Amino acid sequence: MSFGINALTKSLWVFHLAGSPCNNCDIEILDALTPKYDLERFGIVLIGSIRHADVILLSGAFNKKAVIRAKHVYAQAPKPVVVIAVGGCACTGGIFRDSYNIDPPIGKYIPVDAYIPGCPPKPEAMISAVVKLVGKLRGK
Amino acid sequence: MVLQALIFPGLLFTAVIGLVTSWIDRKVTARVQMRVGPPFLQPFYDVIKLMVKETCVPAGGAKLLFLSAPVIGLVAVSLASTIIWRSLIAPDQTFVGDLIVVIYLLTMPALAVVLGSFASRNPLASLGGSREMKLILSYELPFVLAVLVPVIRTHSIRFGDILLAEHAAVAAPSGILVLIVAILCMQAKLTLVPFDAPEAETELTGGAYIEYSGPPLAMFKLTRAMMLFTMPMFLVTVFCGGIVFGQGLGTALLGILKYIGLVVVIVLIRNTAPRVRIDQAVKFFWGPMTVAALVAVILALVGK
Repeated sequence: MSFGINALTKSLWVFHLAGSPCNNCDIEILDALTPKYDLERFGIVLIGSIRHADVILLSGAFNKKAVIRAKHVYAQAPKPVVVIAVGGCACTGGIFRDSYNIDPPIGKYIPVDAYIPGCPPKPEAMISAVVKLVGKLRGK
Repeated sequence: MVLQALIFPGLLFTAVIGLVTSWIDRKVTARVQMRVGPPFLQPFYDVIKLMVKETCVPAGGAKLLFLSAPVIGLVAVSLASTIIWRSLIAPDQTFVGDLIVVIYLLTMPALAVVLGSFASRNPLASLGGSREMKLILSYELPFVLAVLVPVIRTHSIRFGDILLAEHAAVAAPSGILVLIVAILCMQAKLTLVPFDAPEAETELTGGAYIEYSGPPLAMFKLTRAMMLFTMPMFLVTVFCGGIVFGQGLGTALLGILKYIGLVVVIVLIRNTAPRVRIDQAVKFFWGPMTVAALVAVILALVGK
């Protein structure tokens, strides 16, 4: 299995699941994939279908209705799959944490492997989180 | 014979060279976009990773067809590559009609994609599948007409006779015309931009492959990579005189350069063209491309 995990860490295909974010985190996520940072150097590519995903990126404060869909999407992903919460809202609920329709954090519903705080987090912060996560997966 | 089909020049050899070619494709694409691009072993990592992932079969889908479709494509492209390479290595030992067999085998991967997408019971996948089917219908006509030109010039449907002909097809005006037609048909056969409507990452999110995961997806990726190797090899063999072994390193190197040249043309077309709609693609292939191929066939018949 460790051989498989090694191959997984060298070829992370990212599925971006937006739970009504304000788009700031989305823009920064796309920033990390642009030519300046070029995550394809490490085999990281953005893909469109959850069935191809190795990483699920969560962004935004998931409200009670979105959480149901997020759990559905997580169940559809082929395992092993890694979940990363990007931005203050996905990590803690952010400024919406006291809203009537939000029950943060999302980690209560989906097993989250890494939290990247920030409003929005810089691409450097995301790359650093991915590096730490890859280290943790290989160490397992 | 089994060994040839499985190792050299069949499955294993084609898979390795195909994955290396897909790395060239990704690297050149990255350089065109001013990026660094993936490391050399990236396509191999991708396939190995998909091999250890879980296989999801969508509820309500036709399970047997869903799982066997990728195998059909993989087997077909391996056989096609085996036949082409056997005739390159020993042009006088091939069987009559192998050209026809290879044309059929090269259509199989696309048919496998259609079968797999319809078996997955996903609306986006069936949309992708129906587009793939329309694309097959549109490009096969000019493609077969294009292959007709070397057949007319050599009076044979054997790879060996076409390879051993005094002049390659591109030495004549009709040959140059059909090579251009065949390159554009090849772009559609590989479903690369501008003819990637069946996959259409941004509108169908993977299209025909949307429900595939794990080993079946790896097989489809492998089939695509192998097609990226086999299709240019087919064009080099039929139109450009092939790769000549046994006459010194220089001639063999020239043949490999022809192949690399075709791959670079594919990558550059893919990076500089926008995606066309499926109706535009059908009009393009049944209109200008078929007319051009017909003109070339008439030129070949009068000996030009």
